[in-house]
Amino acid sequence: MNHAVTIEGLGFRYPDGHRALDGVDLRVHPGERVAVLGPNGAGKTTLALHLNGVLQASEGSVQIGQTPVGRANLKEIRRRVGIVFQDPDDQLFMPTVRDDVAFGPRNLGLDRDEVAARVAAALDKVRLSDVADRAPHHLSFGQRRRAAVATVLAMDPEVLVLDEPSSNLDPAARRELAEVLLELDVTVLMITHDLPYALQLCPRSVILADGRIQADGPTAELLADEPLLARHRLELPYGFAVSQTRASSGS
Amino acid sequence: MSGHHGLYRPGSSVLHRLPAQVKLVAALLAVLAVVAAPRHQIWVFGCFAAVVGVLVATAGIPPRLMARRLLIEVPFLGFALLLPFVAQGERTEVLGLPLSIEGLWSAWELIATATVGLSLSVLLASTTSLPEILNGLQRLRLPALLVQIMSFMVRYTDVVAGELRRMRIARESRGFEARDIRQWPIVARGAGTLFVRCFERGERVHLAMLARGYEGRMPMGDASGAPWSAWATGLSLPVLFGLLALTARA
Repeated sequence: MNHAVTIEGLGFRYPDGHRALDGVDLRVHPGERVAVLGPNGAGKTTLALHLNGVLQASEGSVQIGQTPVGRANLKEIRRRVGIVFQDPDDQLFMPTVRDDVAFGPRNLGLDRDEVAARVAAALDKVRLSDVADRAPHHLSFGQRRRAAVATVLAMDPEVLVLDEPSSNLDPAARRELAEVLLELDVTVLMITHDLPYALQLCPRSVILADGRIQADGPTAELLADEPLLARHRLELPYGFAVSQTRASSGS
Repeated sequence: MSGHHGLYRPGSSVLHRLPAQVKLVAALLAVLAVVAAPRHQIWVFGCFAAVVGVLVATAGIPPRLMARRLLIEVPFLGFALLLPFVAQGERTEVLGLPLSIEGLWSAWELIATATVGLSLSVLLASTTSLPEILNGLQRLRLPALLVQIMSFMVRYTDVVAGELRRMRIARESRGFEARDIRQWPIVARGAGTLFVRCFERGERVHLAMLARGYEGRMPMGDASGAPWSAWATGLSLPVLFGLLALTARA
């Protein structure tokens, strides 16, 4: 069976010598939603930046579908892998939301009607059609996060990478984003240390710590394994427990 | 949270609907015509003012608002009022004060051209949103790099101001007060931190742009070129002003 994402033996060392990734192996099936869990500094964002070639593998390889990520096919890779960055202010840089969502499709060289159709569809998916002509800095934080998702959806990616999608969101904005994400029909890699959010959105999780994948399995099972979580500086929020029955039912 | 920059007043008048590039060119040429008009022909400035008045009414901008926005000109007026006292040449008595005739004419010219010119800019800013102005500048073939810099400035002014405000609040929450020169190094270090943060944000924005296929050129906006009828409508203003200036010179 073909994989949407294939990562083999991926290693990466920052120029200062810090080893961020140390042999990551991960395969993701098309349409799967996988959470990448890990404490701060585990290399989660570094991993995300390898998926669309912003960082190039110094060891091992990354493959999207059948295409290896490399200098020769960056353009294609960036169309097929969409990254939603943590701070929406980094992602929304055009004067209006509409222009911002159109930025990617225009870079793909699509004609005007196609761009307009993609923008309309993407804004509709994240439920922001009514603020299309507003300036990004006039939206609420939750709206900005969803607008950032739209900017990537408009590229029609096969793989959507979300870096800490729930950070700084209030409970309602968090739920609204979850509703949007659950309706999408793409492969999702969600990088987070928000364990309940991973449980809600991703049937499968992997734990990334010390630059390697330390565990891989159904999210509920991983979250029920308290010693495992503790070994990798992960904890469920106070008062929150994932029961074994839930874990075994595999939901 | 108006969703627009401070000066723009949404509306649907002819002035609002004209493409930004037409308005920019029309305003610039009209100002040139105003400057070219001879100062001794006071009536021609009356005509300019009357036309601007009609435009302001058409755009539906309340006269009080217009007057308030013109206040920015006050420092120049102060300078203009000094001219009759300091200029050389023949003098005349006004209320017992010896004033230079040449200076009086210069002051009048400065006030008249500045007021008409500024009114036109206020009119432009009140009827054109910032994104439209940026798009217009791009259409007018202003170097893309300059338009991008302006566009990023518009986008990130609020973000940077917010960061600056949070840093100030954080300082003050720990008892800091910028009272005298001894506190300057701390303020300077804050400015340094802000610079580093902006620089880092710049890098992250660039990453986000690369991730969406940016290759060094900003894609062109959707707005199509302005039709000839729009250019004809827009340029009728500088043509009218130019004719008035020429008539006054004759």
